[in-house]
Amino acid sequence: MNGRPVRKMRKAVGKAWPWVIFAGVAALWAYSLPHADFIFGRKAGENLGSFLVEMASVLPPMFLLVGLFEIWVPRKVIERYAGSRSGMWAVPWMILLATVQAGPLYVAFPVAIGLWRKGCAPRNVFIYLGTFSAMKIPMLTFEVAFLGWRFSLARTLISIPVFIVLAVVMERLLPADFLPPGLVEQGGSDIESSFLKEGKTLHVF
Amino acid sequence: MISLWIITGIALLVSLAADRRKTQAAVFKGLKMFVGVLPLLLGVLAAVSLVLTAVTPRMLEGILSGTGLLPFFSALGVGSIALIPGFIAYPLAAVLRQNGATVPVLAAFITSLMMVGVLTLPLEARYFGWRAALLRNGLALCGAVIVASGMAWVLR
Repeated sequence: MNGRPVRKMRKAVGKAWPWVIFAGVAALWAYSLPHADFIFGRKAGENLGSFLVEMASVLPPMFLLVGLFEIWVPRKVIERYAGSRSGMWAVPWMILLATVQAGPLYVAFPVAIGLWRKGCAPRNVFIYLGTFSAMKIPMLTFEVAFLGWRFSLARTLISIPVFIVLAVVMERLLPADFLPPGLVEQGGSDIESSFLKEGKTLHVF
Repeated sequence: MISLWIITGIALLVSLAADRRKTQAAVFKGLKMFVGVLPLLLGVLAAVSLVLTAVTPRMLEGILSGTGLLPFFSALGVGSIALIPGFIAYPLAAVLRQNGATVPVLAAFITSLMMVGVLTLPLEARYFGWRAALLRNGLALCGAVIVASGMAWVLR
């Protein structure tokens, strides 16, 4: 056996599995339509449907904002307020940025990569991810309604210092020259240059 | 959600008024990222919805109620399966509390639900790489233990 077909197959599997699972759930749901007693299929389909609605209502504007952010916000600004020399004042900025947003954590990944690309220190990126996951304001109101303000307040106040420490540990554990792959992949300035190559110099990049 | 669309719309209009070509570049960039991650995202969401259907609230009640360390670590384990949004996590947690789950168990469950996700790892790894994704999830699991212990101490 030589290695190439194996690698080719692995790549094909890597590309195909999301579609296979998606089609599988869709098939289960479709099968449950004429078979009313097949509750598992119907519920799985409904769960997937609610996830898709949630994704469609948050992700497109989020990606547009990330695109605008990448084009318009000067690297200097992010470096100054959240870069590796920004100090403690970056923390409230990251928390503020994260808590006003809504949506599941995967919405925050592209934003985090966008911040990283503009010179945000890794620890601040992970503070952003931590606070995004566990203390968004829209979610907190929800939490208070279901679990009470004592639970919510205690969890939030305990979480903030824990997340900050974890983010600093995370930055220490990653190699100093670590570059997330999403950064490399999104990073090509090919799109901008194809749009903006003639004559204009762009100071923002 | 609506406010997000309004803010995005205003930002787009302002950007368009300032520079058409840059706006075009920004929109293309955003769309390219969105389309690029869409297949993986659909697969992960489908997998999460399968697991969420298989694991019923009644099963969780059985595992997570009671006292001692076993429900605590079960909560961490179950919570780590996927990144579950709060609109599912909180109603579930309220039901669990009515059925006798303790505060540290609930805190462990909620924190690990929102911060640790094994099923969502492929998605995270696409952005941050496997090494950083695994590291973040591992540390977040430790964080969930610390937060839950702190909750147990504060809300005795």
